[in-house]
Amino acid sequence: MIAFLTRRLSFGVLVLFTLSAFVFLLFYVAPGDPARMIAGEKATAQQLAQIRENLGLDRPILVQYASFLGDALRGDLGFSYRNQQPVVDLIVRRIPVTVSLVLGGVVVWLAIGIPIGIMSARFAGGLRDRLGQVFILIGLSFPTFVLGMLALYTLYFLPRKNGFVLFPPGGYAPLLDDPLKWAWHLTLPWLTLALVTAAIYARLTRGQLLSVLGEDYIRTARAKGLSERCVVYKHGMRATLTALVTQLGADIAVMLGGVIVIEQVYGLQGVGSMAVQAVRNQDRPIIIGVVLLGGLFIVISNILVDLLYAALDPRTR
Amino acid sequence: MPLIEARNVTIRIPTEDGGIHAANSVSFSVEEGELFGIAGESGSGKSVLMQAIAGLLPGAEIEGEVLFNGRDMLTMSEAERRALRGAQIGMIFQDPLSSLHPFYTIGSQIAEMIHAHEKVDKAEARRRVVEMLERVGIAEADKRYDAYPHEFSGGMRQRVMIAMALILRPPLIIADEPTTALDVTVQAQIVELLDEMRRSFGTTVIMITHDLGLLSSVADHVMVMYAGTRLEIGATEALFAMPAHPYTLGLLRSSPAADSNGSPLIPIAGKPPSLLARPRGCVFAPRCAQASDLCHTTPPPLRRYSDATEALCHFTASLPEDEPVTEQTTPPAASRTSARYVVEASGLSLTYRSKKGFGRAVENHVLKGVDLTVRKGETLGLVGESGCGKSTLARVLAGLAVPTDGEVKIQGEPIASLTAARWREMRRRVQMVFQDPFGSLNPRRRVGAIISDPMRIHNIGTAASRKARVQELMETVGLNPEHFNRFPSEFSGGQRQRIGIARALALEPALIILDEPVSALDVSIQAQILNLLQALQRDLGLTYLFISHDLSVVRHICDRIAVMDKGQIVESSTSEQLFRAPAHPFTRELLGATHHPPALTGVDTRHLISETPFMTQEAQA
Repeated sequence: MIAFLTRRLSFGVLVLFTLSAFVFLLFYVAPGDPARMIAGEKATAQQLAQIRENLGLDRPILVQYASFLGDALRGDLGFSYRNQQPVVDLIVRRIPVTVSLVLGGVVVWLAIGIPIGIMSARFAGGLRDRLGQVFILIGLSFPTFVLGMLALYTLYFLPRKNGFVLFPPGGYAPLLDDPLKWAWHLTLPWLTLALVTAAIYARLTRGQLLSVLGEDYIRTARAKGLSERCVVYKHGMRATLTALVTQLGADIAVMLGGVIVIEQVYGLQGVGSMAVQAVRNQDRPIIIGVVLLGGLFIVISNILVDLLYAALDPRTR
Repeated sequence: MPLIEARNVTIRIPTEDGGIHAANSVSFSVEEGELFGIAGESGSGKSVLMQAIAGLLPGAEIEGEVLFNGRDMLTMSEAERRALRGAQIGMIFQDPLSSLHPFYTIGSQIAEMIHAHEKVDKAEARRRVVEMLERVGIAEADKRYDAYPHEFSGGMRQRVMIAMALILRPPLIIADEPTTALDVTVQAQIVELLDEMRRSFGTTVIMITHDLGLLSSVADHVMVMYAGTRLEIGATEALFAMPAHPYTLGLLRSSPAADSNGSPLIPIAGKPPSLLARPRGCVFAPRCAQASDLCHTTPPPLRRYSDATEALCHFTASLPEDEPVTEQTTPPAASRTSARYVVEASGLSLTYRSKKGFGRAVENHVLKGVDLTVRKGETLGLVGESGCGKSTLARVLAGLAVPTDGEVKIQGEPIASLTAARWREMRRRVQMVFQDPFGSLNPRRRVGAIISDPMRIHNIGTAASRKARVQELMETVGLNPEHFNRFPSEFSGGQRQRIGIARALALEPALIILDEPVSALDVSIQAQILNLLQALQRDLGLTYLFISHDLSVVRHICDRIAVMDKGQIVESSTSEQLFRAPAHPFTRELLGATHHPPALTGVDTRHLISETPFMTQEAQA
């Protein structure tokens, strides 16, 4: 167990290290000049050189990378080119928003997706299955921003036109200040995120459960005289869980690295929107920070999924 | 009153291709305390019949009456039927690994059965489960209660299934191929356990199996099914001494019996019919040796005999009078005595190192110093239970796996020293035929391409000459050469195995390794393939290494037999010698565990007492 964790963690560090080197190299070969972005169109060559020197951009790339690594190991990812604030602080400030969005979204999309998937699988080929399939198709084919706009229009704009505010159009209220306000603000983003993702989970649940229900041990469960509920939920879903956990781990990790479209639509100041701004501003330290953050989440979630898998499936222990 | 009585049960399963007639007006009755056998080949509807009766096939349309303790199971509500399942009718299935839930401990799976039907607290349920586990022969039952199915061996798992079926002491147990997935020696233990349990609990058992030898030794009555139709039913002794139906007779004659050695089997021609359409006449007529015009046009009547045997046939089965004298097909003497070895293997060992779970290294010694020789023109049988290393040995001999230690010489040439190019050339000399005729042929490639692949890979001939050779090979193995453009899915299991044999023949190899070539096939088809293999050997002078777990098959086809156990060859001698005087305890155990149907007496002691037209429900309507 300890050997396993050590091995996985050191591998994770290697992944992050490779990732940072790759992003660094990418900026070196990519077009664009951060100094020009900071100084503006009218800056003189001298000003530009001055800025480069301040930022250390005039040094050879290996030196730049080495100093970046040295700082990073001490928990310092540098300063934003834009406003000179520490990157780590900027990211840490944004994380609660994204985490709130994603974790709340997970609950909602699982609550929608799994029951629909179960219903589809239990009544495969029947009317309820078709309804489920229609839901899956709509969820999968709607672009996120269209769904977001639709939600905004029907649940914010229309009520407001009629004189009352059902949900706010966006923004974020910290959880610790006022949990109700926090949830109220995030309801629309959660719903939007969930509708898109629930379709994927409904499809996954349907497919997995359907194949599990064809297994011999399900026949054994029926032969024992168990109720159909027990057969489906206790025996069927127990075996479906491993596939869901694998998918969920990957999805949560990717989304924690920034939910770009939804953060944009609802004006949430999360990691995703920060990444978009940073790319627009060529704010390299922030971009590198966000990429490493995303990488970190994926590494951690992979380890967690493996541990969870061992807990769920006695055969892998 | 019989415990369970089925009257004219007709089952139709709707599919996309149309309704499958899985059972066709089947009637039987089982008295309390007896062991009732249902025999049939795959697709005969024997499993479907019992599962549909138990309510385990929700899609099936089922008609007729099934009285269990006098109550009709087919008209009762689903809740009533569910209350019967488990508590009144226990079930045991073929594959105990897939039939147990992999994520729950075996104890909790058995206890669940108690909780589903009785109000019992946890500790009491556990106590009862542990007690039952002990009774079915699981050591340290209290500890093993918390183990998962994958931590048990196949035989132990089946014991767990039996404990589960028995835990509520149901009056009836349906055992669906309970021993088919197990090794021979384990099969014998499980059958013994079932027999002991039914005697001590007074349980009635319905045993579904394709294994006639097994039924002949344990069953009181036997029902023989074919294409969803009950062709014969009667007392075991009478049925095995001289069947009344030609199909039963055909089945018995196509099984390699205890004493036959080398003489050709008498297979049932053709293949099982499609169940989508029902023929006007007898379902078995197209394959029946005794069929006349009448059989093809008129449904057969139900014949009742003096010994209570019933058969669905226009005639009574009889052995053909001009029975060919069973000639011993001994290969030419020259090749027998010839000292030329095709395979010489010495000191072969193979060890796998694997990492388990969180990184514990495990060493697995699959082969432990195996010496083996195969002479030119002979058939060497390699027998052993699953996991004894026989398939691994085959892979080593074929050059597909590299031994950790030891040497393999093919036609005198050590294969370890070969260069890549020479190794490729050597591959021509050893070919394999695999067990699963469905999994081992690429479903997206045409048969012609599959058979000609070896020639193409080794750059033999032109496209045209290869095609001619493919058709020649197909003809040789008894396939229609015009079908070279078809896909494997268009062929039956037996035909696919012929394709595999044709592919192996394509390069005229020095050795053909047959890895369980007939164990996935029905008895009647199995006999066809075994006869083909013998004919090919006689005509082409082939050398076979025949791997099997089935002793009667091996004895039938092999000149010499090597018995393998735990990575070692424990005994090796001529077939005759081995069966007459087995030297090693393991060999004796293997031989003792094999059931053979008793030899046909051919003496017909019964007489016909009535012949009534047999109406299916459809015909009545």
